[in-house]
Amino acid sequence: MFLSEHQSKSLLARHGVPIPPGGTAATAGEAAARARKIAADRYAVKAQISAGGRGLAGGIGFADTPEGVGREAARILGRTLVTNQTGPRGETVGTVYVEQAVEMAASLYLAIVIDQGTALPTLLGSLEGGVEFEEKAAARPEILERLTLKPDCSADPGEIRDFFRKLDLTGDGLRNAENLVTACIGAFRDNDVSLMEINPLAVLPDKAVTAVDAKVVLDANAMFRHPEFEELSNEILEDPSERIARENDINFVAMDGDVGVVVNGAGLGLATNDMLVDAGGRPANFMDIRTTARSFQIARGVSLLLDNPAVKVILLNVHGGGMTVCDTVVEGLAFAYSRSNRKPPIIARLAGQNAPWAQSILKDRRLPHELAATMSEAVARAVDVARGKGR
Amino acid sequence: MSILVGSDTRVIVQGMTGRSGTFYTDLAIRYGTQFVAGVRPGKGGSRHVGLPVFDKVSEAMRATDATASLILVPAHQAASAILEAVSAGVEVAVCVTERVPVHDMVGVSASLRNSRTILIGPNSQGILTPGACKIGVMSTSDAMPGCIGIVSRSASLTSEIVAQTSAAGLGQSTTIGVGGDPIHGLGFRRCLEMFRNDEETRGVVLIGELGGVEEEEAADYLGSVDYGKPVVALVAGRHAPQERRMGHAGTLSLMGSRTVEEKADRLAAVGVLVASDADHVTPLLRGALS
Repeated sequence: MFLSEHQSKSLLARHGVPIPPGGTAATAGEAAARARKIAADRYAVKAQISAGGRGLAGGIGFADTPEGVGREAARILGRTLVTNQTGPRGETVGTVYVEQAVEMAASLYLAIVIDQGTALPTLLGSLEGGVEFEEKAAARPEILERLTLKPDCSADPGEIRDFFRKLDLTGDGLRNAENLVTACIGAFRDNDVSLMEINPLAVLPDKAVTAVDAKVVLDANAMFRHPEFEELSNEILEDPSERIARENDINFVAMDGDVGVVVNGAGLGLATNDMLVDAGGRPANFMDIRTTARSFQIARGVSLLLDNPAVKVILLNVHGGGMTVCDTVVEGLAFAYSRSNRKPPIIARLAGQNAPWAQSILKDRRLPHELAATMSEAVARAVDVARGKGR
Repeated sequence: MSILVGSDTRVIVQGMTGRSGTFYTDLAIRYGTQFVAGVRPGKGGSRHVGLPVFDKVSEAMRATDATASLILVPAHQAASAILEAVSAGVEVAVCVTERVPVHDMVGVSASLRNSRTILIGPNSQGILTPGACKIGVMSTSDAMPGCIGIVSRSASLTSEIVAQTSAAGLGQSTTIGVGGDPIHGLGFRRCLEMFRNDEETRGVVLIGELGGVEEEEAADYLGSVDYGKPVVALVAGRHAPQERRMGHAGTLSLMGSRTVEEKADRLAAVGVLVASDADHVTPLLRGALS
């Protein structure tokens, strides 16, 4: 669950991480009013989108007066930002965050992640925070410092001090950074955070530290012990089809192509899309029907594809296993077709548990389908049909 | 032979009295696996699907000489169930449960480090030695005793490759799902080591996907030994929609996770036969074994 900038910052602030004073606004007027309340010498106006790279795409502006803040907000609100993380369609800005712009004596990078190699929480830091940090660190890995934390996220105070000394912090700056990281660790541990990143972490001329931008990812699997996640999740911008799918135990990512893909399992879904793209096809989506999904939920997932006018053909690839059997998927598909006016042809490849039963459902319900014996054959046929090569 | 489990492995089920516990215990018994007891706090002394039920893992182990456990409990109980298996000295614990919080798994991993327990999963379909032992929830209809070891991060692709290797007459020595979660127990590297030492295994299929560092660790290991058996890898996700939100992928790249292409290149560089797609795995295996 990827929190927006203002959600991330308010979570961190609740645990004692200093952030610049600020708040959200949906109109230019609201933005100017926010600025008047903050009463600073200089303001930053930042697009709230669920992807990084917004600064380079024109999603951040600065102003010296509340009136200027209103003008910057008017410029940014309603714009569609295309960054290296949004995909080609970009994301339209509905909200901006207005905050006091701070003067940075140094801009650090700070993150806490769970390292998959050691299975331990790990603190990352660098002196060279700011835009395109990951690219910089990929080219020069030596700029990244790391400290492996204990399983309960704690560390010896001496280790944290040494960590920040390597980032050139001394005196008050060091003390402030130590307090900040202690607060971050508390927030990470108490909220089932799977990733936390502060970039840049500003060191001000008076050696105070403050989180200028923050990204927090919560572990949705821990929602059972965090009822508050529900409300946060409702505020998050999300592709409507992806939200419907998620609520129906289907992992779904909308893409730009014309081949609707219905697959059980993440690995098989990835392998199907790989094969489809290699064969010259263009997937309309990625789909992973989770093992817990029942036929009615699968029907909702298939409806998302039938409702998409770009979809010319459905590629059905199911390998029935011990948990999801072929007929469960095909029952769902048949139900979605029975409720839809659009009935694009289905290229079906059904294997494993209950495959013959699923094939007879396709036939008995008179669904427009062709059977293929292998994945490659099904993929090749779906590409042909999408290109308008007859049946 | 096989790895980790065989026809003499005695298995208990944690969460046996639940809906999926009942269903999959019954299937495994019918397959011929020696399931000997169930564990369900509060139901000790009763019987379920013909097996005795105990309150604690340690009691069940003592009474039945079991060495393995299948864990089929809800996500919020998974960590404590695994920890109970670890402290009771279970040798092979298989956790099928999905959606276990990652922070819980950090604690579990720490307790595994100084234990005798090998954890498979969570979010794993389990381990299968065809014809001998099934500890998990996988389908067995396409499995066949044979010579291919399969280790996988994906249950659905495992089903696919099991069916293909059976159709090709090769069959499987053991198939293992290491689980789809970022933090899990047994990994590719140790599975590769065990398959190397298993006489029956003549070739290994490694099924990876984008994310994580399993494929990188496997490549490091395979580059450090003369493996002596062909290894075929399928790494899915080359054309996955890019992880676009909030630079998550970027931060993980700082932790050593590479792109699918880089994973495949690293495996190829140490002599692994990298399949271009899922249908290419068995032809590669056949070529290498003939």
